[in-house]
Amino acid sequence: MKSLFNKFKNVAPAAAFIMAVGGGAVLQGCSSGPGEGSATAAGVSSDAAQAVYVAPGKHDEYYSFLSGGFNGQMSVYGLPSGRLLKIIPVFTQHGENGYGYSEESKAMLMTSHGFVPWDDLHHPKLSRTNGMTDGRWLFANGNNTPRVARVDLTTFETVEIMEIPNSAGNHCSPYPTDNNEYVIAGTRFSVPLDMKGGTADVSMNEYADKFRGSISFIKVDQDKGDMELDFQILVPGFDYDLANGGKGPSSDWVFFTTYNTERSGTLKELGASQNDRDYLAAVNWKLAAKYAAEGKAKEMPAYYYHNKMDKDSHMAKSTIKKSVRYLLPEDCPGMMYLIPAPKSPHGIDVDPSGEHMVVSGKLAATIPVFSFSKMQQAIKDKAFDGEINGIPVFKYESVLKAEVPEPGLGPLHTEFDGKGNAYTSMFVSSEIVKWKLSDFTVVDRMPVYYSVGHLMIPGGDTHTPDGKYLVAMNKITKDRYLPTGPELAHSAQLIDISGEKMRMLLDFPTVAEPHYAQAIKAERVAPNSVKFYDLAKNTHPHAVKKESDASVTREGNVVRVKMTAIRSHMTPDNIEGVQVGDTVLFHVTNLEQDWDVPHGFAVMGANNAETLIMPGATQTLRWVPKKAGVFPFYCTDFCSALHQEMQGYIRVSPKGSNVPITFSTGKKKPAA
Amino acid sequence: MKAYHKVLMMIASLSLGLLFLFPMWKIYLQAPQYPEGLEMHIWVNKISGDTEGSLQNFNILNHYIGMEPIHADSFAELKIMPYIVIFFMVAGILVALLGKRKMVLSWVVLLMISGAVGIADFYMWLNKFGTNLDPSAPIKVPGMTYVPPLLGSKTLLNFDALSLPAMGSLGIGLAILLGGLVYFFSRSTVHVKTSKKVMA
Repeated sequence: MKSLFNKFKNVAPAAAFIMAVGGGAVLQGCSSGPGEGSATAAGVSSDAAQAVYVAPGKHDEYYSFLSGGFNGQMSVYGLPSGRLLKIIPVFTQHGENGYGYSEESKAMLMTSHGFVPWDDLHHPKLSRTNGMTDGRWLFANGNNTPRVARVDLTTFETVEIMEIPNSAGNHCSPYPTDNNEYVIAGTRFSVPLDMKGGTADVSMNEYADKFRGSISFIKVDQDKGDMELDFQILVPGFDYDLANGGKGPSSDWVFFTTYNTERSGTLKELGASQNDRDYLAAVNWKLAAKYAAEGKAKEMPAYYYHNKMDKDSHMAKSTIKKSVRYLLPEDCPGMMYLIPAPKSPHGIDVDPSGEHMVVSGKLAATIPVFSFSKMQQAIKDKAFDGEINGIPVFKYESVLKAEVPEPGLGPLHTEFDGKGNAYTSMFVSSEIVKWKLSDFTVVDRMPVYYSVGHLMIPGGDTHTPDGKYLVAMNKITKDRYLPTGPELAHSAQLIDISGEKMRMLLDFPTVAEPHYAQAIKAERVAPNSVKFYDLAKNTHPHAVKKESDASVTREGNVVRVKMTAIRSHMTPDNIEGVQVGDTVLFHVTNLEQDWDVPHGFAVMGANNAETLIMPGATQTLRWVPKKAGVFPFYCTDFCSALHQEMQGYIRVSPKGSNVPITFSTGKKKPAA
Repeated sequence: MKAYHKVLMMIASLSLGLLFLFPMWKIYLQAPQYPEGLEMHIWVNKISGDTEGSLQNFNILNHYIGMEPIHADSFAELKIMPYIVIFFMVAGILVALLGKRKMVLSWVVLLMISGAVGIADFYMWLNKFGTNLDPSAPIKVPGMTYVPPLLGSKTLLNFDALSLPAMGSLGIGLAILLGGLVYFFSRSTVHVKTSKKVMA
């Protein structure tokens, strides 16, 4: 069975189609043993090793940012090597550095539902200047509890998280406009809005009448990147899947795929798959912003969190927002249109010219390509076929440019190389399909292993793609790597797209589940990378900037330890006078002013993570000792030759004990 | 002394001002952990490095071998030297204005002596820091001292140290050179004048 499968697979790329039909069963049958990848050599370029080899000490040409999906984080890989450079914690607590555990960072994960320590991060999007990625910030969506985050690419740290009200399943999010005027976020689930910032307590049978979707327009500060929810558009109760902004002539527009236009509230795999056509929603964001500015927006009460990390104190602060402005499409003519699209479309991608809107309908036999200029004409001609909630619906043919015939099975996403070609990922037939934007014909195919979701070309979603590499992010891994039990790392594949034919270069395992990714030339990010924080600028209220200022003070049952860390000791490293049940706050300041010298801090038995303190920063670990005794603490990051000696003790006495607060390092200091 | 001698003497005095703009001496360290290098800059009035944190980083590394921390406050010289430099600058300008040849010579000789004393003092400090080690230091290598080179390079455990005069020292060199030239050229003018007189 296995060898037959191998032969079969190697015979012709066309086999992939047949494979797809019985794909699941065949793959299952073949991966029962620990054998090597069943199609190891297919399409692999003979000089692949050379093409991806980045010699020791040399840097990669690109940074790529792969979402972590259900780990809620962002992974940073170098391309073409596929080397993992960093995991940036965004929506999920990260014991590794104390993100979401330290007193400073907890506020980042606050929401109207309280502290939410996890999310599902799908789509990273780089900030843009004149339609090109500028390497300043990275926006990302939290899918489960609707949130949009901003990562600062000078520090590779999450600096802002904004909750999105009136949304559920923030999936078609976040999409920056050409100059970051707005970052746009649409809801996946429609929900019954109570118009007071929450969802109403209604029966699911009332889906068709009561459920609505929303599209949020987040304004971005041009210099600082700070986000602010400007307004929302309340849209019909479909599921909004993916979005992308226009470019050039279409740059005032943003497009959303929708499904479940049947408005089914249950068993959506059937219920949402009944109509032959769902819609591509076209929204003129500039006009929407104008309507909102001109007073068309109404205001409703809301309750959502906006969390920001202060760059000087390294402390996150939450602000609770209590209202939101909204527009109704029926009040705003010309703002929104619906284009019929094949059943349950997934990706919507606009080519670099801004003329072609490519809809990858995962259940469709062709890939429809819509024309922006035809859409403009259809608006003029009023070539409509009815309306929904006051939103005109175009006639399919009036907007359609062409259909790409026989592209493969299960098209999901399309990106562009800037040389007139489009590349579409085929989930079911497990391949990347290259086709021409000039005549809409397929010109090349590359099998990928297995079942690709998103694909990514650096800048492939902007008007200036960098058509050298393509990364396929595959959902199924099976036998591609050494087996690791039931749970496997997902697989990414790097494909050279610089020539006529695609060349497979590299497989590399990824962390959790990458959905979408972004990549940018390293030279646009690397020179701005911060090496350490300036201690002099540290404004943390409990920072101590020299050892002689270290202190331990009692405030009721709170004991504040203002500690310093520098190679290779902590001050103080002997602490007494703490009592069982006290809340001990270790405010640790890393006094180092050197590159790559973080110090970690952990204390035995703390119901908490460690905290990792970057040079010049202050971080706080909270510890409530439950029993008397002596508890060691130590530096957790191998900082120096005497790192193992970088440790200390804290004595905990029974409640009511008369042991006074004392602290010291080396020679004893007087009691505070 | 002719006008251009006076101007040259002025320039000689003013070139000492370079001491306030640039370090006198630089010590470069390189180690496997410091591929980007680490620099200590010795100025006439302060000690710094290539970054804000350099001096602290030097002290962190040095404390393992028991070397005393280096702080600008520890050196009385750094408080006195600026005045000495200013004295030489003012004195040089006065010499230029007065145009007395002998004073030029005294100025140059005094400056040379001060420079030599400075270098000797620097060497003594290097020696003191490099040998006066805390006996309770965590890293003790029998017989090992850590005197950085005064000029040139030397390997100290995992560090390659390189010590070179910097732009500030060029100021002193220039001052001595120009002062010397003024003295030399003004002698020949006197000589010409006298010979002319004799001729007359």
